[in-house]
Amino acid sequence: MSLASRPPDAVVLARGLTKKFGERTVVCGIDLTIPRGGCFGLLGPNGAGKTTTLRMIIGQSPMSGGTLSVLGLPMPDAVREIHARTGVVPQSDNQDPDFTVVENLRMYARYFGLRPADVAGRIDELLGFLELSDRRDARMRELSGGMKRRLSIARALINDPEFIMLDEPTTGLDPQVRHLIWTRLRQLKASGKTLLLTTHYMDEAERLCDQLVVIDRGRIVTQGSPRGLISEHVEPHVIEVQGEAGSVVPVLGGIPGSRLLTVGETHYCYASELGPVLARLEGAPHLRYTHRTANLEDVFLKLTGHELRE
Amino acid sequence: MAYMNLVLPRPQISALKIWQRNLLVWRKLLGPSMAFSFGEPVIYLLGLGYGLGQFIGEVGGIPYFTFLAAGLLAASAMNVASFEGMFSVFTRMTHQQTYDAILATPLTVDDIVAGEMLWCATKSLLNTLPILVVAFLLGAIENWSALGAIPVFFLVGLCFAGPALVMAALAASYDFFNYYTTLLITPMFIFSGVFYPVATLPAIAQVVVNILPLSHAIALIRPLVAGQPLVDPALHVAVLVAYAAVGYVAASVFIRRRLIR
Ligand SMILES: Nc1ncnc2c1ncn2[C@@H]1O[C@H](COP(=O)(O)OP(=O)(O)O)[C@@H](O)[C@H]1O
Ligand SMILES: [Mg+2]
Repeated sequence: MSLASRPPDAVVLARGLTKKFGERTVVCGIDLTIPRGGCFGLLGPNGAGKTTTLRMIIGQSPMSGGTLSVLGLPMPDAVREIHARTGVVPQSDNQDPDFTVVENLRMYARYFGLRPADVAGRIDELLGFLELSDRRDARMRELSGGMKRRLSIARALINDPEFIMLDEPTTGLDPQVRHLIWTRLRQLKASGKTLLLTTHYMDEAERLCDQLVVIDRGRIVTQGSPRGLISEHVEPHVIEVQGEAGSVVPVLGGIPGSRLLTVGETHYCYASELGPVLARLEGAPHLRYTHRTANLEDVFLKLTGHELRE
Repeated sequence: MAYMNLVLPRPQISALKIWQRNLLVWRKLLGPSMAFSFGEPVIYLLGLGYGLGQFIGEVGGIPYFTFLAAGLLAASAMNVASFEGMFSVFTRMTHQQTYDAILATPLTVDDIVAGEMLWCATKSLLNTLPILVVAFLLGAIENWSALGAIPVFFLVGLCFAGPALVMAALAASYDFFNYYTTLLITPMFIFSGVFYPVATLPAIAQVVVNILPLSHAIALIRPLVAGQPLVDPALHVAVLVAYAAVGYVAASVFIRRRLIR
């Protein structure tokens, strides 16, 4: 692309980003423009290529094709400088099991050329920020999954990065920890940092992301803001019914201006008008239904299909 | 991608952070680490040294106890670096994902390989030193020149670290290391002059043994420990340095191939 059309302050600018493992192409030439500030989400089912894309952006996985600049610097040529200004929360926690919480942070600081004495205050701050202050001398095996995750986030902030990449930051965590992490990520966003996160939780994406792309099988399926995507792809009304297909489909199938999507035993009736659907349901008092507004999950189900992915 | 794996390594001074990380962990796990690399050589020294020493007396003008102690010191330096370079590096590379975490920082794979090699050599020195002390306390060492063997422990570690890192890069599991230990480390231990002079081997076997590095390590360490003049020191140092250099480049190529995917 020409220099003139390049957004001046993109944190990530990828064109034709491609990854092949042997004969298999798992990221198929995607374009990404991640603006400075805010939270950018990479959504997709398991195996869509989210982690691979992040690993290419941070230079941990060489691109098979395409061009990439991060923080205005060329990848992979400027990999050391890009890393110095970036924080990474990997999909699985990989702290040093031989070190305590605080030792892990000190050692990680050293990798950035920071002296532990100079970052002592910063480490205290980060432990406080992620509510780990009382665990500072704990060994890794004494930490719960949520604590390890928070330590990963603290570690990613040790170099005061302007750009933070998080790969599924709250997968497998309990609701309290997820809310704490969301709050902290919003605070980081408010302090001017740029966040790039992957997730397959739609509620997480809706809460945090200003812009997102949905990828599936290594391709971008759609992109936009959460609200924009919902109004673009999904009818405003959703009626959700639990039950066997045999008893639900005859009632809700084929209503003009609506479509019915079945995932397992759950049936989603997407309708532009509520009236005709409610009329049908009145004639079937045995069906229990809930009525809600459309959300990102509906976009996701529509665009990435509903068959099970590994 | 292939071309990238073949360029010469370009580590930076920050490679020392990897070395420092390992030193900090080593300090924490000092007990088990020492017991492992210390116990076996001392048992050999006591068992074979005292036992066989009674029958053998002197070998080449050196009391057998001293002769054996020098061989065991060289073998210890070899073993410590080999095991650190295989098992510990493999653990950091796979189960612990330590390198994955490090590769998100300004450090590169070249730094990791350089840091690990330096660390393997350092650990050879640190874990072999106590055996030197024990040998001294048991009366095997009577000459100050034995202190000159200490930097050789480091060089021997450096020499064996590269091949060990290559093994770690190729391994699918810990079992893989049995091949290397059984096919190279153990034969070197038995045939390279730890227990008896290489000169007693058939000529053809001597050629093979002299291509492998352990005999050169022993050729340096033994005279220093026994207080005898060194024979061809430059040659032996050159062989060990050559192994270290080739091993380093090979390790960089293979570890890169393993880590950068
Ligand atoms: N090192 C690798 N070698 C071969 N295939 C891989 C490798 N890493 C990932 N893949 C494949 O690439 C696809 C995308 O994986 P990934 O990026 O981890 O997906 P996601 O993070 O979206 O779940 C998957 O099908 C996965 O099996
Ligand atoms: Mg993933």
